[in-house]
Amino acid sequence: MSTPTEVQARSIGSGSSPSHHSNSNPNLSSNSQPNRSADSIRPTRPSKTKHYFTFALLVILLWGSGIQTKVSFSELWLGLPNMFDLLKQMVPPNWGYFARISSAMLDTLRMAVVGTTLGAILAIPVALLSASNVVTRKYIFYPIRFMLNLIRTIPDLLLAAIFVAIFGLGALPGIFALAVFSLGLIAKLTYEALETIDAGPLEAMTAVGANKLQLILYGVVPQIQAHFVSYVLYTFEINVRAAAILGFVGAGGIGHYYEVTLGFLEYDKTSSIIVFTLVIVLIIDYISAKLREKLL
Amino acid sequence: MIELKNVTKLYSNGTKGLNNINLSMKQGEFIAVVGLSGAGKSTLLRSINRLHDISEGDILIDGKSITKASGLDLRLLRRDIGMIFQGFNLVKRSTVLRNVLAGRVGHHSTLRTLIGNFPKQDIDLAFEALERVNIPEKAYIRADQLSGGQQQRVAIARVLAQEAKVILADEPVASLDPLTTKQVMDDLKAVNRELGITTVINLHFIDLAREYATRIIGLRAGEVVFDGPVHEATDEVFAEIYGRPIQKDELLQAQDLVKERVVV
Repeated sequence: MSTPTEVQARSIGSGSSPSHHSNSNPNLSSNSQPNRSADSIRPTRPSKTKHYFTFALLVILLWGSGIQTKVSFSELWLGLPNMFDLLKQMVPPNWGYFARISSAMLDTLRMAVVGTTLGAILAIPVALLSASNVVTRKYIFYPIRFMLNLIRTIPDLLLAAIFVAIFGLGALPGIFALAVFSLGLIAKLTYEALETIDAGPLEAMTAVGANKLQLILYGVVPQIQAHFVSYVLYTFEINVRAAAILGFVGAGGIGHYYEVTLGFLEYDKTSSIIVFTLVIVLIIDYISAKLREKLL
Repeated sequence: MIELKNVTKLYSNGTKGLNNINLSMKQGEFIAVVGLSGAGKSTLLRSINRLHDISEGDILIDGKSITKASGLDLRLLRRDIGMIFQGFNLVKRSTVLRNVLAGRVGHHSTLRTLIGNFPKQDIDLAFEALERVNIPEKAYIRADQLSGGQQQRVAIARVLAQEAKVILADEPVASLDPLTTKQVMDDLKAVNRELGITTVINLHFIDLAREYATRIIGLRAGEVVFDGPVHEATDEVFAEIYGRPIQKDELLQAQDLVKERVVV
């Protein structure tokens, strides 16, 4: 029991130094409340040098990136009138054009639905094989994760262009592009969620005498299904937006009309496509967000 | 029924979890394993159904070696050994009934369990199990809606549905309050007595071990230092197992009193 006296001694000692503790009576703090005296040996505040250096580094990176990519505010300023011209031509949107593009819009949605579903189905085994707590063998989950990372580095527009080259123009290459993109995203999110599930039920299923598939079905699936559905919905939101521009490379959907109207300088039509897409995306985002709220 | 022969468990860091253990457990016994934390109680239990592999020796279940079994043989041996955990280990998002039915999967083909098409007698079995632990009305409620004591009873029902011949219970009441502790222990005792299921239970509280068990095994540093009927397990014996006199917090009764005093 020598520690409290040491602490007291130290607190009295520090009381004599010109810190803010010297304002309070050192005798009072050490005698009447011996337990509180531990407060007086506060650790020194950790140095903030690291934060300053991080900030400086970030500024240098930002500045350097700007220089290298020749970002110029003066050009932005000079370009402003053109921008306003374009905006003027876009307003008001050509409301009559809505009827013309509604079937393409529906196509876009269908592409997103089919693409997301295909990707989601493919993502189930891939996610299970990537999770280190489901598949305990490193030589299985590391290669699969690597493949997932590879998939996710390919931009969806590039994927679409590749599939157009393979399958020709139309919605099919767009659907495949979205499926591959969805696979990468859903599998990644799901396997990360899989690795945080409660291991207890898995242990219980092993003890029950379940085989690997039964263990996954009864121990893993119920714990992950809500997350999985949530990730699928989220990916669907992203895919609707992505599907809207896939037409640029000939992969079907509304994107084709962007290209056409921009090409013919019909900016009022372009803006009506933008408004249409915005409305659809907002509605889907809202419904999806509500559903995901309910799920988790 | 269960035989451990020269069982030694070495952890990868070199510590001995179990040191040359020889035990024989007979049909219908209610065995309490006591000892300090780290004495190897949990390791011993998990070796019996091979959730942990042992380093040396052999463990026989009804004459069949679980140590050497693999694949289907191992799963069939495990199917006869139910386990109850300190943390219940239920799937919290699933219904109580599905959790209980999970105990049946070892009896069916993967395809059948994949579809979730359990035969009617399985459903009956599950409900009988829930009736035995007095919570049949909770069958369609999600497991996370239940209290700790109720969840542990669902876990007992799962073991019953499994039609296990042995129950291993690893600190089943450690996260329950004194009253629920008694209910869960009563359930386990009733199952042991009425169905003749051999029960091996790790316990922290000495008085619980004395009240419920028919036989007490004392572990210290991975070795059996006591093995005998309850009436031979005197205070001195417990002091020997624990390496020091019994302390108040090792008695559930004392905990009860402390709690009451806090309430008053």
